[in-house]
Amino acid sequence: MTDMRLADEASGDESARVASWRLLLGNPVTTISAVVLVGIVVVALTARRIAPYGTNKIDVADALQPPTGAHWFGTDELGRDIFSRVLLAAHASLQIALASVAFAFVVGVTIGVISGYRGGLLDAVLMRVVDVMFAFPVLLLALAIVAILAPGSATTILAIGIVYTPIFARVARASTLSVRVEPFVAVSRTLGTGHLYILGRHILPNIAGPVIVQTSVSLAFAILSEAALSFLGLGIQPPEPSWGRMLFDAQGFVQRAWWMGVFPGAAIFATVLAFNLLGDGLRDVLDPKQRTMIEARRQR
Amino acid sequence: MKTFFTSSIVRFLARRLLYSLVVLLGVLIVAFSLVHLVPGDPVRIALGTRYSPDAYQTLRAASGLDRPIVEQFLGYIGSALTGDLGVSFRNGDPVTLTLLDRLPATLSLAVVGIVIALLISVPAGIWAALREGRISDAVVRISSQFGVSIPDFWMGLLLIALFASTLGWLPTSGYQALSDNPAGWLRHVILPGLTVGLVAGAIMTRYIRSALLDVASMGYVRTARSKGLPPWVVTLRHIVRNALIPVLTITGIQLATILGGVIVVEVVFAWPGIGRLVYTAVAARDYPLIQGAVLLIAVLFLLVNLVVDVLYAVVDPRIRLS
Amino acid sequence: MIGPILSARHLRVRIGRRDIVRGIAFDVQREQTLGIVGESGSGKSMTVLAATGLLDAPGSVVTGTSVLAAAGDSAPTQLLGASGRLLRTIHGSRIGFVFQDPGTSLNPLLTLERQITESLRTHRGLTRRQARARALELLDAVGLPDPEARLHSYPHQLSGGQRQRVMIAIALACDPELLIADEPTTSLDVTTQAQIIDLIRNLQRDFGTAVIWISHDLGVIGQVADDVTVMRDGEAVEQSPILDVFDRPQHRYTKQLLEARPLIGGPGPPPPADAPVLLDVDGLDVRFPVTTPIGKSIVHAVRDVSFSIRRATTLGLVGESGSGKSTVAAALTGLVKPDAGTATMGGTDVFGVPRAEEKALRRRISLVFQDPFSSLNSRTRVGLAIAEPLFVHRLAKGKRGRQSRVAELLDLVGLPASFASRYPHELSGGQRQRVSIARALAAEPELLILDESTASLDVSVQARVLDLLTQLQCDLRLTYLFIAHDLAIVQRMSHDVLVMRAGEAVEYRPAADLFASPEHPYTRTLLAAVPPARPRAADPA
Repeated sequence: MTDMRLADEASGDESARVASWRLLLGNPVTTISAVVLVGIVVVALTARRIAPYGTNKIDVADALQPPTGAHWFGTDELGRDIFSRVLLAAHASLQIALASVAFAFVVGVTIGVISGYRGGLLDAVLMRVVDVMFAFPVLLLALAIVAILAPGSATTILAIGIVYTPIFARVARASTLSVRVEPFVAVSRTLGTGHLYILGRHILPNIAGPVIVQTSVSLAFAILSEAALSFLGLGIQPPEPSWGRMLFDAQGFVQRAWWMGVFPGAAIFATVLAFNLLGDGLRDVLDPKQRTMIEARRQR
Repeated sequence: MKTFFTSSIVRFLARRLLYSLVVLLGVLIVAFSLVHLVPGDPVRIALGTRYSPDAYQTLRAASGLDRPIVEQFLGYIGSALTGDLGVSFRNGDPVTLTLLDRLPATLSLAVVGIVIALLISVPAGIWAALREGRISDAVVRISSQFGVSIPDFWMGLLLIALFASTLGWLPTSGYQALSDNPAGWLRHVILPGLTVGLVAGAIMTRYIRSALLDVASMGYVRTARSKGLPPWVVTLRHIVRNALIPVLTITGIQLATILGGVIVVEVVFAWPGIGRLVYTAVAARDYPLIQGAVLLIAVLFLLVNLVVDVLYAVVDPRIRLS
Repeated sequence: MIGPILSARHLRVRIGRRDIVRGIAFDVQREQTLGIVGESGSGKSMTVLAATGLLDAPGSVVTGTSVLAAAGDSAPTQLLGASGRLLRTIHGSRIGFVFQDPGTSLNPLLTLERQITESLRTHRGLTRRQARARALELLDAVGLPDPEARLHSYPHQLSGGQRQRVMIAIALACDPELLIADEPTTSLDVTTQAQIIDLIRNLQRDFGTAVIWISHDLGVIGQVADDVTVMRDGEAVEQSPILDVFDRPQHRYTKQLLEARPLIGGPGPPPPADAPVLLDVDGLDVRFPVTTPIGKSIVHAVRDVSFSIRRATTLGLVGESGSGKSTVAAALTGLVKPDAGTATMGGTDVFGVPRAEEKALRRRISLVFQDPFSSLNSRTRVGLAIAEPLFVHRLAKGKRGRQSRVAELLDLVGLPASFASRYPHELSGGQRQRVSIARALAAEPELLILDESTASLDVSVQARVLDLLTQLQCDLRLTYLFIAHDLAIVQRMSHDVLVMRAGEAVEYRPAADLFASPEHPYTRTLLAAVPPARPRAADPA
């Protein structure tokens, strides 16, 4: 008897995952950004092979050439091919960004989840520590860390990683708190389910959304931070090429050789923009509130 | 304004003040530890090539590094509270004086930056929220993403290249105090102010838009419309006014971020502010100066947050009366 | 003047590719109430919002006509497709609106005076003093005590019922000809609901306003409406005067709705065989701290409550919001630690169970919550959700064992085994609740606590879920603690009833006795507030 009546009750629609992908890729901006990023990653990985000139092929006779067929982005004051250097710097920058964000992610999310889930004194203490870290502006703290250890790529990774940990902790904690009070978590507790099961199966999958969005955004800012540090001479050290350092060198030639400043800057800009736009697209899909709005708009 | 200082406001502010003090303690600990976390001997590193046994001993004693840690920490807090932040490793000048000397320049920049940011982001954010889903909204959203993604030092260089070097309208660098020469101050502060302001403005546009959209979806906005009120009343009295609280928060955060983030802009424009000071201090391993700057900026941040809290209490009746 | 105040024909609302409202026609007679009743998704709100020109869904296309009768010398107004400016002269002045949720319908930052006088000053051009005087009159008319002081208050200082009165005052401020009430009492307690119903009826009579009353609750509609339109899936399936709808329903769906209504005085559960006491609760006391930006305070949620439940029977725990009934459930399931009291179940001390035996105890008491949406993890498949207790308590052999047990459980609650691989959002509300019940049963509990478990369901779906629960109680000799605010359902399901108010136990008796002759005045108030089975028009006295 009950089986027949059930046919009246409406059932939902297609599988969640398919719908998510469609929503994500349906947005042209997101798809373009994703493609651009993939391109940048490929370039970074193959830079050594595809860069027409080496990192430091100095040829003073050719110095300060504008963009030509031989040198697509022109040459700098030492005659080095800017195009090659831009490509090679991509590798260094992406590497640092990924490593530092990975650090911040692992440490930050762990702190955030534990803090949000356990609550109580542990939460209060951890969050005060995070608040203290937030009181320092990002670049300032990174500089202070670099001042303590010597400048260089490794220090940069550590500095950016430490400085970006609090935001991951906060995002993870906020999500954990809101998931923790959901009825389905309460039901699990009443069933006698252990904490590990709840964390693994209920909490983590449901905080993945905001955390992933934050990762994309943090990658964007990590590239900016690394570029700033390199600009100040405290990040990637010469002769290793870095976009930031190239911009620093370009300062003295702003009028004579505009290409020295424009191309590396544009490279930073493009990469950061791509990460940010991707983050926006991800947020549209992963944040339930945003999502209903976007879906409604797509219906038209 | 009859009974402004109700008991609930006082309690609210007391809690926020207490919380700020706790964070301040943490900040002091961090600032203090900077010099002690250096692998190796900070005094020796700071002296570098100027090292000599005498110079070493003198500097070490002068900076108090020869005393036990706890004593140093208490001494540090004590002197910090009285305004004494030690002396520079490089030239022996009192840190506090050096910082205060450079503070006005950074403050000018920060204030001009935040004003420009507000001038851009408030109208843009409101406009984009009102036209949500339409092309103009997408334009604002994408342009703000552009603004967020631009490295500020690149923007600074481009602005210099355009307005200073090529067009020659504005100076490429340097600073003139407001009190000395207002016109000159303005001419010098425009480009760096724009650099800071455009980027901050882009960030704030996104937040403001999002805060407005959140508020616009609330039930009381529908009620306001159902009363047949003119659109501008609905927008200003119901939407914007209720979004003030999140906007206050973001302005406070941005101001604080600018205070610490102007380092690179100051370097590009040779702006004699605290940021540039920190940069040279880091290069020279001048730890007391770094500590002092870090402490000062963090304290300013806490102060800005406290001011924001007070404004909350004023704006939100739920805090004023409960 | 004769003729309807509002007249809609061929009303159609399309969003994207779907027709939400498909060709509706209705008339609202002057000074009368049109009740529009339908379950969720029937399109009733959207119909009325579209007909009055207030619909604000992006991408919606509204076709048809909706004519507001002439006022004085002016011509009748076509509302659909009218300009924004024209509509704004009508909204708030000739048509007033009351919405469902008093919590969010008022601007938290503006005083009540401001919010009430806004439309007065916009539409009637009153000065501040004149508007203030009128606002005072209105607050008095809606029954708000101490109106002078109230003018300077803010919404957060009022209770839900009081806020709804303010909404009504706002809606009637400019003396509109038509009042739209969209589920105005749905978020309120039953006693407050009764008061608001009376208030609107009286005001309607005094002001001579026509009303469109939208509700999913036939009982409420019975109390307020002169004419009824029954909607389903965007269509009007029946439109008749109130008595005809209740006494001579034509359409099958209307009959279904009438039958699915739980009523006081209806049949109770089948009597149990004599059974020993399963759970004995004595002196339960729970307090908990609440943190606000201002500081901490203590809420005394449950005060010295005692009761017992016999095996294979249902104890109905009834109370309005804030009564503490859900806290009792939380204490029994270990979500909240009681400050005092004991609870014994089969020899075990529920509150004082030692850590090592806690897990075994959890198995014996299971919980089903109210909200079908958030009771299931949206990222976990239904089968895995149901299998969780099996996994935790090792009740089945391996994955295959769990899968077959899950299939059994799905069958038990009337769902096909194929649902195990679906995600929760692919199921309807009623189906999700069944899954929650299956999960609760997986642990083979002795006591099942149902906390408002049908409150979020449509009335027809609710009836089926209650049938299921009754059947399961019979077949499996389950013991229920049934928590609800709806007295009619409690009567249907319970053998014994405990009434709670503000944390205290107010009356505790066998169900038959309590419903036949309630002793405590609060119980009597509660019972009197429930909309009766017969519509008000049936007894003109």
